[in-house]
Amino acid sequence: MALNYHLQIVNLLAALLLLISFAMLSQRRVASLVTLFAWQGAALALSTAIVAWSTGQHHLYYSAALTLGLKVIAMPWYFYRLIRKLNVNRVVEPMINIPTTMLIGIVLVIFAFNLALPISQMSGTVMRSTLGIALACVLLAFLMMITRTKAIPQVIGFLAMENGLFFAATSATYGMPLVVELGVALDVLVGVFVLGIFIFQIRETFDSLDLKHMEKLKEK
Amino acid sequence: MEIYWLLGIPLSGGIFMALWGFRRNAPEINALFSLLTLAVAALLTARIVEEGPMTVGNGWFFIDSFNVFLVTLTAFVAFTTALFSRPYMRIEEEHGRLSAARLRLYHSSYQIFIGMMILALTTNNMGILWVSMEGATLATVLLVSLYRTPASLEAAWKYFILCGVGIALALFGTILLYFAAEKVLGSGGTALLWTQLNGVKTQLEPTVLQLAFVFLLVGYGTKVGLVPLHSWLPDAHAEGPTPVSAVLSGLLLNVALYAVMRSKVLVDGALGNDMAGNLMMGFGLLSVVVAAFLINRQTDVKRMFAYSSIEHMGLITFAFGMGGAVASFAGLLHMTMHSLTKSAIFFTVGHATQKAGTQLMSDIRGLIKTNPTIGWGLMLGTIAILGVPPFGVFASEFLIITTAMHEHPWATPFLLIALGVAFASIFGKVQPMVFGETGLPRLPHMPALTPVFVHLGLVLMLGLFIPPYLATWYRQAAQLLGG
Repeated sequence: MALNYHLQIVNLLAALLLLISFAMLSQRRVASLVTLFAWQGAALALSTAIVAWSTGQHHLYYSAALTLGLKVIAMPWYFYRLIRKLNVNRVVEPMINIPTTMLIGIVLVIFAFNLALPISQMSGTVMRSTLGIALACVLLAFLMMITRTKAIPQVIGFLAMENGLFFAATSATYGMPLVVELGVALDVLVGVFVLGIFIFQIRETFDSLDLKHMEKLKEK
Repeated sequence: MEIYWLLGIPLSGGIFMALWGFRRNAPEINALFSLLTLAVAALLTARIVEEGPMTVGNGWFFIDSFNVFLVTLTAFVAFTTALFSRPYMRIEEEHGRLSAARLRLYHSSYQIFIGMMILALTTNNMGILWVSMEGATLATVLLVSLYRTPASLEAAWKYFILCGVGIALALFGTILLYFAAEKVLGSGGTALLWTQLNGVKTQLEPTVLQLAFVFLLVGYGTKVGLVPLHSWLPDAHAEGPTPVSAVLSGLLLNVALYAVMRSKVLVDGALGNDMAGNLMMGFGLLSVVVAAFLINRQTDVKRMFAYSSIEHMGLITFAFGMGGAVASFAGLLHMTMHSLTKSAIFFTVGHATQKAGTQLMSDIRGLIKTNPTIGWGLMLGTIAILGVPPFGVFASEFLIITTAMHEHPWATPFLLIALGVAFASIFGKVQPMVFGETGLPRLPHMPALTPVFVHLGLVLMLGLFIPPYLATWYRQAAQLLGG
């Protein structure tokens, strides 16, 4: 019975993850986007910890701690700092208007559930039903990257995608082997660091973070 | 034992260069580190040829003929590129395009990039393979934007985001692979080890592996530059410094294809049909055809040769997709030939553009008059990459096309037309660059073209005669790929 109770919480958190993904799609302010990203990380860390506790998979505790440290504390802090320094917290309109984006998002969710159905039926984990949600988060983050033209929202989309993948790994297999997870976390960390440098370079050269300026390299 | 040195030298080289890379003699130290890597790679190769495949370090590293061949190729081209970049980057610094601080970044990233590629090649863990592929991308992002021009920043951003998304898909593929493996091998660290997976590949769940391969192919295929996932490649090659274009084109694309091949061997075992091979043939053929027709529209010389890389990677992917002993052999041979020839071409193109001060082909004229060595290097390199007989590219392309005629006749006209179009476009554009009229004075400094002629000499030699031990080695590797 205890397991069922935990499962309910994990399912609730999974639903929360999906909800936050949609909220990110509709968010126009960069700083609020970072806040949402931090919340998504928190939901992810909590659900991982609960799975670790209820199934006795101890290595998942490390993953949860890593998520908490990197995606809830370090990265949002770094992004807030970047936004303050570069003073870019304005309302930005995405390329496609928000209601349309949301509709596309719903289609993506249905697609993700269909794609995940055969796999989750084969899975032996307690939270296999959440695989569809994980895949939906990945696709929604992907959509966000496509519809945003500013540098920071694109990066957050990229990280949200990584969140979705991480959740997929937890729900299908109780997480990847620890070494791999550490490696992935290191890559993400270095990636964000490289991006920080990069964003300053873009700012210096273009005097803006709008990627619309970066459309010179097109096929003639 | 060699394997630790092999990884340790470039990675410690990266740290060393980050600390001391601003010194005057940094380029020489960079070349020295690469030379050491090459020496260790040669030792390792000698051992593998003698003792056969082995796993090292509790199964964490796995080395067989297939990857040791790529390790040697990587170490060799990395060394010659370091030799080339020594005078090249100095001249760039004198022209004021780079500062000492950026050269430090360049040297440090260069070594880390090489280290990451060697890790990707030698690791036995499919997860670590993913991690190091992403590491190799991250190490080169700041290299592509080294000049800090608007175009180079745009190219680097595109490179980062597109390869990032691609590699994220590959991560999902890896997760699915682990999901299938865990059922057979149990959870924990060993379930992603390639040797373990290879042992039980027939028991892996086919539907999951099928899906996993699609994600892995699209993910790593982005890095191979397969059409329609290629749009980062010409930009990154054209806007980055020339030594970076040479290693991206000559090495990184190969390593990405290596990742696809490792997955293909597993999927073939699990599915027992040609699904993976057919997918690769489709992507490969599309890349060859689309790239060949896009070459004709290019005005920038590095961009043109970047498209030529897409075309050749497509051809290699097609060859591996066909499978079988001859096609895999031809694919491996073509990988070698393409790496050597294309990096040689980028070296000469680098000098030519440095001299002309532009990458526009219409502004580069009469190289043969202003600098005969550059002119001849570019001409010979172009002839070699286009597959003119005495050179090795001819041998591998000939093998690929005859196998295609035999097994998949429908594909032959596409291949032949594409190769013909590429020939006409590239030759037509390079010819006036080399032999056209020019009013420019001769180059004041000596170009460093030894690497070019060493590469072309090797390509020529392999076209005329493949030493027996090398042939055995290729054949062994081809067999591992399901021949």
